[in-house]
Amino acid sequence: MTSTRPFEPKNGFVKWFDRQLPLFSVMHGALVAYPTPKNLNYWWSFGSLAGLMLGVQIITGIILAMHYTPHTAMAFASVEHIMRDVNYGWLLRYVHANGASFFFIVVYIHIFRGLYYGSYKAPRELLWMLGLVIYLLMMATAFMGYVLPWGQMSFWGATVITNLFGAIPFVGEDIRTLLWGGFSVDNPTLNRFFSLHYLLPFVIAGVAILHIWALHIPGSNNPLGIDVKGPQDQIDFHPYHTAKDAFMVSLLLLIFFAVVCFAPNYMGHPDNYIQADPLVTPPHIVPEWYYLPFYAILRSIPDKLMGVVAMFAAILILFALPWLDKSKVRSGTFRPIFKQFFWVLVIDVIALGFVGANPPEGAWLIIGRVATAYYFFHFLILLPVLSRVEKTRPLPESISQAVLAKHA
Amino acid sequence: MSTTDSTSEHHGEGVKRRDFLFIAAGGFGAVGAATVVWPLVDNLNPSADVLALSSIEVDISKVQVGQSIRVKWRGKPVFIRHRTDEEVAKAKAVDIKELKDPQTDADRTKPGHEAWLVMVGVCTHLGCIPLGEQGEFGGWFCPCHGSEYDTSGRIRKGPAPLNLEVPEYAFLNDTRVRIG
Repeated sequence: MTSTRPFEPKNGFVKWFDRQLPLFSVMHGALVAYPTPKNLNYWWSFGSLAGLMLGVQIITGIILAMHYTPHTAMAFASVEHIMRDVNYGWLLRYVHANGASFFFIVVYIHIFRGLYYGSYKAPRELLWMLGLVIYLLMMATAFMGYVLPWGQMSFWGATVITNLFGAIPFVGEDIRTLLWGGFSVDNPTLNRFFSLHYLLPFVIAGVAILHIWALHIPGSNNPLGIDVKGPQDQIDFHPYHTAKDAFMVSLLLLIFFAVVCFAPNYMGHPDNYIQADPLVTPPHIVPEWYYLPFYAILRSIPDKLMGVVAMFAAILILFALPWLDKSKVRSGTFRPIFKQFFWVLVIDVIALGFVGANPPEGAWLIIGRVATAYYFFHFLILLPVLSRVEKTRPLPESISQAVLAKHA
Repeated sequence: MSTTDSTSEHHGEGVKRRDFLFIAAGGFGAVGAATVVWPLVDNLNPSADVLALSSIEVDISKVQVGQSIRVKWRGKPVFIRHRTDEEVAKAKAVDIKELKDPQTDADRTKPGHEAWLVMVGVCTHLGCIPLGEQGEFGGWFCPCHGSEYDTSGRIRKGPAPLNLEVPEYAFLNDTRVRIG
């Protein structure tokens, strides 16, 4: 996409610098003159919000690492040291711990927005897949971060998740030993998790740059899902979206700090305030909320290997989505049946979340199995069939025509 | 006249509202940024557990005349020397006018405990630890850049600008000292 406003710096230093390294013109093209469809709604702010949360996590994380000790004998105490002794340590840690949750909230909304408006479809398949790579990296990073405080949930969560790899035929045991650096989750595990937990956010940042790059080639999708036809369909990123995003940032920070200040442990688990004990497992092992739907899928299948396969497949299936949903119409607004099933999927995933939080018995087990079956049905059967048979509503001729008609 | 008035008035009104919004939003943002930055900086200051260790008590009953001990205080060595009469006399005999950092021996000791010299054993030049009972003034000698201190720990020769620092300390009784 070429920018509508050329970059013409007045400052002599900027001119000199930009001639040798066009950093300023690239930033100008990406953050100021980037042309966006003029009909983007607030759901399109969640990409910026995700970027903000990544920044918050990296900054607070670097500082927490200055006060934290990655050793089984000292990790738990060093976290308490952060909470009690370090100036504003409680704030930094609560922002970091809840920041992970809010990062996931923002990213889940971002993903579902893409699902509803067909943002994964051509010409944005690679953009979608890069986003999924970020999501997988986030899951790995958050998991390893949760191990660091070395509480009971850290230890047993790490034990359960690493044991998943033991389900792989033939090499499972060896992979598990390799992950552990021993015969159980112990000091070598904690050390390598700390190292990787520090590394992966920078990998996420790198993939996020590719994600934005891949976004700026075709330009943003929009609520109508139709292509931009010309400058009359577009507005510049600045000041229109910077202002809109700033409003959403204020809203996010308001809710975020309400949680950080008034319910900082709401999304945590009290058992993680007990130091890790390799000889006692807590009665209810529950992963962090953002893994619950996948945890439910894992437990709904009564076979160790197949459960693990289903869990990973639930995420990997999203990589094939651009080819499973063949409908030429992107936006769910013009797909009457798809739109209804989109909300069924939303309810299904939330239901899986509740199933994951509860013990796998009685009704929960049945709900979990039905919800798991629906999840795969939705992507593997419903979408391919629906995209052939569904009669879509007529698309507007252009974005500006639709926008003007709405306000006529 | 009336034309310029109405133009400037009209212009002034338009600018006023925008200016107010910009300054209000900018000011609010600046306050917000400062409240974010302060915890990010202040957490690097000494934490409560570090501050809690900032004073120590030392038993000096076993230190004989002519002996020194070294204790660790705030991560640094503190020299506690039970000086000989000869050393005290030598320190008192110095004319302070010829000193780089003028201080009498009495300024550097506690009344009634003149034999005891308590000071931070860190060279005031670049932070090395000087060696005891060495150098031409019979005090301390820093091996890093050759600064020499006398029997009162005052700088006499070499690149160091100041005397060895006397920390805040007090004799709790004849055999116990609290440093810090």
